[in-house]
Amino acid sequence: MKKKPTIGIFKFTGCAGCQLELLHLEDVFINLLDIVDITYWVMVKRENTEGPWDISLVEGGISTPEEIEEIKEIRKKSKILVAFGDCAVNGCIPSIRNWIPQMEAEQCVYSDTSSIHSTKILGIGEYVKVDMVLKGCPPHRENIIEVIKSSLLNIRPRLRQHPVCMECKLKDNACLIISKNLPCMGPVTSAGCGAICPSLNRICEGCYGPMSNPNTSALADVFRKMGYSEEDIKRKFRKYAGMTPEFRKEAGD
Amino acid sequence: MTKKTLTVNYIARVEGRGALDVTISPSKEIEDLKLRIYEPPRFFEAFMIGRRCDEIMELASRICGICPVAHQITALRAIENALDVNPSDQTKDLRKLMAISAHIQSNVLSMYFLSLPDLMGYESSIAMTKNHSEIVKRGLRLKKLGNDITDLIGGRAVHPVTAVIGGFTAIPTKEKLSMIRERLVDAKKDAHETVDLFTKVEKPLFERKCEHIAISDSRHYAINEGRLRSTEGLNIHETEYRDYISEKQVPYSTALHSYVKTRDAFMVGPLPRLNLNIPQMSLDAKDAAKRSGIKIPNYNPFNSHLARAIELVHDIDESIEIIDRLPLKQEKREYQSKAGFGAAITEAPRGSLYHSYILDNNGIVKKADLVPPTSHNARNIEKDIYKLVEENSDLSVEELTLKCEMLIRAYDPCISCSTH
Repeated sequence: MKKKPTIGIFKFTGCAGCQLELLHLEDVFINLLDIVDITYWVMVKRENTEGPWDISLVEGGISTPEEIEEIKEIRKKSKILVAFGDCAVNGCIPSIRNWIPQMEAEQCVYSDTSSIHSTKILGIGEYVKVDMVLKGCPPHRENIIEVIKSSLLNIRPRLRQHPVCMECKLKDNACLIISKNLPCMGPVTSAGCGAICPSLNRICEGCYGPMSNPNTSALADVFRKMGYSEEDIKRKFRKYAGMTPEFRKEAGD
Repeated sequence: MTKKTLTVNYIARVEGRGALDVTISPSKEIEDLKLRIYEPPRFFEAFMIGRRCDEIMELASRICGICPVAHQITALRAIENALDVNPSDQTKDLRKLMAISAHIQSNVLSMYFLSLPDLMGYESSIAMTKNHSEIVKRGLRLKKLGNDITDLIGGRAVHPVTAVIGGFTAIPTKEKLSMIRERLVDAKKDAHETVDLFTKVEKPLFERKCEHIAISDSRHYAINEGRLRSTEGLNIHETEYRDYISEKQVPYSTALHSYVKTRDAFMVGPLPRLNLNIPQMSLDAKDAAKRSGIKIPNYNPFNSHLARAIELVHDIDESIEIIDRLPLKQEKREYQSKAGFGAAITEAPRGSLYHSYILDNNGIVKKADLVPPTSHNARNIEKDIYKLVEENSDLSVEELTLKCEMLIRAYDPCISCSTH
């Protein structure tokens, strides 16, 4: 029998929500096990191998010197390395702290900071080459399946680069910016969620990070005209993807 | 006899990254015992400062991917307490239904996928699919039910989006809720089978009396709101939390250790909830408890699984009750920013969860104070392991290590939460 492709699932600094999304594939989970061999997944398995892996799904950002060494080791042992979710892509919400002096952040939580040795939190791509990027906080289950399938077939995954606005149009949602004068991040945010929030009367907060080539300064101007302060605008861009080159200007120094 | 050391560098089948080190001397004295939580902190309490109060639910959610709903509701209630916002009964009901659905998902995950493999002699649920596919499928079915309810109310299961200050941005339709209701009715059979399964599997005989804490309300089974009570007589309002409960740092753990001031470590979670609140459970859940033979009050942490299974029966009953009384009317949400302090305690699947915030006049966060269930439990887990090791020091290193791991997993620790 041909050996099944191996998968490793790794957690760095994050919330485990992306790994859980994988386990939430209840309908196909058992079928998935027929075609791949998950050989490393500490949250689910007690016996884990040391690799190598055909596909490595890495969740979480890198925020300690130890994690830098670990991600380099995993890279060496992986054929396809996937940044699994926003934390691994760019640090996500925890990256808001990158704008606070590290000592100040540590003293806010710990009375003795001598045993804490955190760095700024960054995506894994800052330290190693990444083969695929699975955006979202968390990524949509369909996109997870798409990445696994295309990895197995050795083809480019069909992941969306256009803005959430396109998905709103496909769903016939009234535009929240135009019809309700609300500060929606949809025009600069990568699609892939199916426009979950605007479909439920909530503005897009940007949890998939930037789309390909967004016009952030035009959207920031729209927010200014609505009456939002410079601080409010910074907060909006300094949330899920403040560290990305696309959002960095509006996220402020 | 020589010195024995138990070392687990990365504890499996729990959320997040922690290790266990135990050293036992030749004369069977425990020389060293550490639950080493080395999960890197994310400093939520630091970067929440300066954020708008209407963003906090979204940020708090990201503390934990397994219990995002608990963090969202706790954050929302704390902020609402600071702003003097009183949500409607419908909002409270929808929030409870959402919280219960997250309990179903998380508790089934803990029982079937994180702990059952130990009790049935497998390394993982994946390894169980070959010989016990019916059991694994039942677990997946129940977990999916919990997820689908969160999804229906919140828009998605992990980091849902509709709950906001004062209510919801959208509410589910009657048709969709009645479809869920049918599935809940059908799931009762699975829930009872879960109780029977966790009654039948062999659990280590162990007992350590310690203070059990949970929120409690005489009118219903408390999840989102209630007074914080304990088996040692604690009975306080959520705003008084910091007068009674404190935290201290230990050098080997990024999670702080909680204790009741002037007393000791304590336990939170499904077993304390059962001990304190079984009178408020549904009749069917009480029957299931009776059938299982569990003795209340119960101080064997390995019975936490059974407590989760009994709660599952109650969770389904209460979900149906809530669905039947929801008016599903569109409601207005209004609030004004003002300065103030707000605190809230809820029951996350793993136990009591505390959030408090200080806001300025513009509704910007000035201070955040968060204590997740696993920070509450961290020291208590160590104390349990101490007794477990003392009583079982004759076992081989492998057997004893597995027993300690099983005990840790019985608490279903959420290590990312505890560090936050």
